Amino acid sequence: MSNIINGVSRVSRRDFIRNTGLAGGGLILAANFSACSGEKELAGGDFAPNVYVNLLESGEVEIVCHRSEMGQGVRTSLVQVIADEMEADWDRVTLLQGIGDAKYGDQNTDGSTSIRMQFDLLRNAGAIARKMLVNAAADIWGVPAAECSGHHHAVHHKASGKMLGYGELAGHAATMPLPEQVEFKSPADYRYIGKPMDLVDGMAFSVGTAAFGIDTVVPDMLYASIERCPVVGGKLISVDDTAARAVAGVVDVIQLGDGTSPPDFNPLGGVAVLANNTWSAQKGREALQIQWDMGTNASYDSSSYRKQLEAAVNAAGSVVLERGDVAAALANSAKTLDATYYAPLLSQAPMEPPAATAMINDDGSCVIWACTQDPQTAQAVVAGALGLEPAQVTVNVTLLGGGFGRKSKPDFIAEAALLAKLSGKPVKVTWTREDDIRHGYFHSVSCQYLRGGIDADGNTTAWMQRTAFPSINATFEPTDGPSASELSLGCTDNPYAIDNMKIEACDAAAHVRIGWLRSVSNVYHAFAASSFADELAHLAGRDPKEYLLDLIGPDRHVVPAESGAEYENYGQDLGEHPIDTARLKAVLEEAASMSGWGRKLPGGRGLGIAVHRSFLGYVATAAQVSVSDAGKLQVEELWTAVDAGTVVNPDRVRAQMEGAGIFGMSLTLHGEITAKGGAIVEGNFDSYPVIRMSEAPRAINVRIMPSNAKPGGVGEPGVPPVAPAICNAIFAATGKRVRELPLRNVSLA
Amino acid sequence: MATGPASALEFSQNKILAGSWSKPVSRGGATGIRTPDYAGNSMTIELKLNQKSVSLDADPDMPLLWAIRDLAGMTGTKYGCGKALCGACTVHVDGQPVRSCSYPISSAAGKSVTTIEGLSADGSHPVQVAWRELNVPQCGYCQSGQIMSAVALLDKNPKPTDEDIDNAMSGNICRCGTYTRIRAAIHKAAGESS
Repeated sequence: MSNIINGVSRVSRRDFIRNTGLAGGGLILAANFSACSGEKELAGGDFAPNVYVNLLESGEVEIVCHRSEMGQGVRTSLVQVIADEMEADWDRVTLLQGIGDAKYGDQNTDGSTSIRMQFDLLRNAGAIARKMLVNAAADIWGVPAAECSGHHHAVHHKASGKMLGYGELAGHAATMPLPEQVEFKSPADYRYIGKPMDLVDGMAFSVGTAAFGIDTVVPDMLYASIERCPVVGGKLISVDDTAARAVAGVVDVIQLGDGTSPPDFNPLGGVAVLANNTWSAQKGREALQIQWDMGTNASYDSSSYRKQLEAAVNAAGSVVLERGDVAAALANSAKTLDATYYAPLLSQAPMEPPAATAMINDDGSCVIWACTQDPQTAQAVVAGALGLEPAQVTVNVTLLGGGFGRKSKPDFIAEAALLAKLSGKPVKVTWTREDDIRHGYFHSVSCQYLRGGIDADGNTTAWMQRTAFPSINATFEPTDGPSASELSLGCTDNPYAIDNMKIEACDAAAHVRIGWLRSVSNVYHAFAASSFADELAHLAGRDPKEYLLDLIGPDRHVVPAESGAEYENYGQDLGEHPIDTARLKAVLEEAASMSGWGRKLPGGRGLGIAVHRSFLGYVATAAQVSVSDAGKLQVEELWTAVDAGTVVNPDRVRAQMEGAGIFGMSLTLHGEITAKGGAIVEGNFDSYPVIRMSEAPRAINVRIMPSNAKPGGVGEPGVPPVAPAICNAIFAATGKRVRELPLRNVSLA
Repeated sequence: MATGPASALEFSQNKILAGSWSKPVSRGGATGIRTPDYAGNSMTIELKLNQKSVSLDADPDMPLLWAIRDLAGMTGTKYGCGKALCGACTVHVDGQPVRSCSYPISSAAGKSVTTIEGLSADGSHPVQVAWRELNVPQCGYCQSGQIMSAVALLDKNPKPTDEDIDNAMSGNICRCGTYTRIRAAIHKAAGESS
């Protein structure tokens, strides 16, 4: 990692290699240009200092985005970082999208990691290019490199006034040795980092040329639609495809076998109809006559499962965090309160459903085009499905029409690959909306029991929490217990300064595929904990915001291990990214201030607030709601304060907070996936509604806290505070306490 | 700042050179129409697509969406739900916004269909400009439909109120949650077109 010395970061070559996750051979310089950035061959006068940057002799710079764009703006912010450190001019940069390749290091665009984990990697990519250009110019001029500087796409020698453009230097820079150290720019000199640069894809989006996974067209390709078993783990008994084959446009019907147990990233199996257009494939599929053996999950029913979860948290679980003596503290409390919170399964429902295209070359190798968040995993899974080596699979990454965690899983990509192999033609698989809603990797259903105690002065003396939810791990291995990593998401990182605290995890079996959804377990953990904190505030007769500040307590770094918790800090060092209560309180104060906390509201209205740290970002949201006498809810306005440390593109951070407000509202007001007989009941936006324009608040106000701290996450941290802020606002407006989501199942009248 | 070509990949002896970005072949536009090889049921449907006359051989029940995307090769119009619930597929038929996923191609016979690609030659329609100036899109997928609905609204109502916008735009879902910016961009476009 970089050492910060008087504000200047120094990075050695070894550190850079370690940061990129590359072996030394991944950085090939000098005469060897075969390992150039992107996938094309470079010409002799060009310069590829590393896998992310090509400088062409013409002076044009190509920057490779190795992360997936799904709306978070990474294709813009990644260029901002590299171009800034390189001192490349914005209008001379062309952006290329990287294929899935280990040479790029981590490409799994998940966990709000692109900037928080790769800011230094990207800065290095640009800074090394700049340094080598400076060294090349110094060599040509015969002056010390220290007298030269790279800026505005050229190297300058101040004393002599000499200047050479980057393009003129490319050929010579390619012969320079890789520098042992580079200096990062001073933040004061940033030209792009921290600036609200326009979207690099803005034009393409506005004229319809942006290419998503669903848009791939390969000559002679077939279009596939797949009927899958309604219940996970079921098997195909028989299929009569006579009518399907008679549908005009249908070319073939192919059986894909059954899914695996555990389901993993593998296809669910089923029967595919291949046609020469999408609609014929869908019509043919509707004409299939299939008999399924629904298997052991056919008894899964959401209403009875909820009772199981409630029973699970009614009994002791495994202790995952403990300090003090909760039982004694509860016994000695002046007042105690119990509450059970429930939140259902959710579907990510990106606007672009899963879609992928595959082609098998004559030599047996495979080419994929897909909207994937994780092209290297897609490469591995496709290779496994086809019996190829990963190097024989090329995964081209398209734009993603939303991801939200769904497109981390490459099951749909393997479907396309298998069908291409079996049909002998290129195949595009397009999931219908019903496929997406019914056959997803769902956000866990969860139940939490909380018990708290306060003393006669209203101080909180005890906090007991039990959490139960089927684990994402169950998708990959048989397990009934929540994982430490999921418990680390808003549960064992509890920041409250309460002397007596105990958290228990209770078992819950999975009967559908469980997977990541934006913010993951933070969603239900924050809903329960931040709602319960509000309940305790009212029990104590305190203002909820003031009470919450006291609950968070003095400025300090919370260390879950001191209370026995096995805590994973989003994969990053707790020393570098502490759980900092001062930052938590600062965003809370800021959101409260923005919202005019404490002001008198007209009847039927209320303000609620919640604050939560996730993915190393700190977000507080205040919500104003109105509830009519008939119980109709309107979320009128949201105020969000975010501290994500150093910010690359403030407009994209703002956009992520605005979007998180809407995404959070969708799961608060409407989102619910249910199973009956093991099959998912909901199927489209009529039965799985999401927030529409008419329900959107008048304004979502965002304040980004100024910070020079290391970057935290941005894409996910905005979501968790939304549900509790709204539910707390409903209590303020009506006196009704909401302990289950979504609100459409709750009468507010 | 530019983005890579839309067809950075090349076909060569049936082997694709591993490419860097997006689509493997250029879009057909309104030319190069591919017609499905139907055993029966098909009829030839003539219509105007973005001002150009085209004839498509298709099952008359095929939704206009799939005819535009798979037969005419224009992919700016998106599939989102297939049931007129989300608006991602919104196009104009004789100037009126329709959900092309639920509009049979036969109903478009003899009519003029405009898709996002036909809104302007160069992205200069005031709604497109406003969308870029406010950086409305996040993932961008629903935005073709959003823009087509917004254009239809402004054609009818050049100075819409927030309520007018809510009424006109609530059929278009944005899962990324860009609604407040869409409202602002429509107001901005309304100001510029006056």
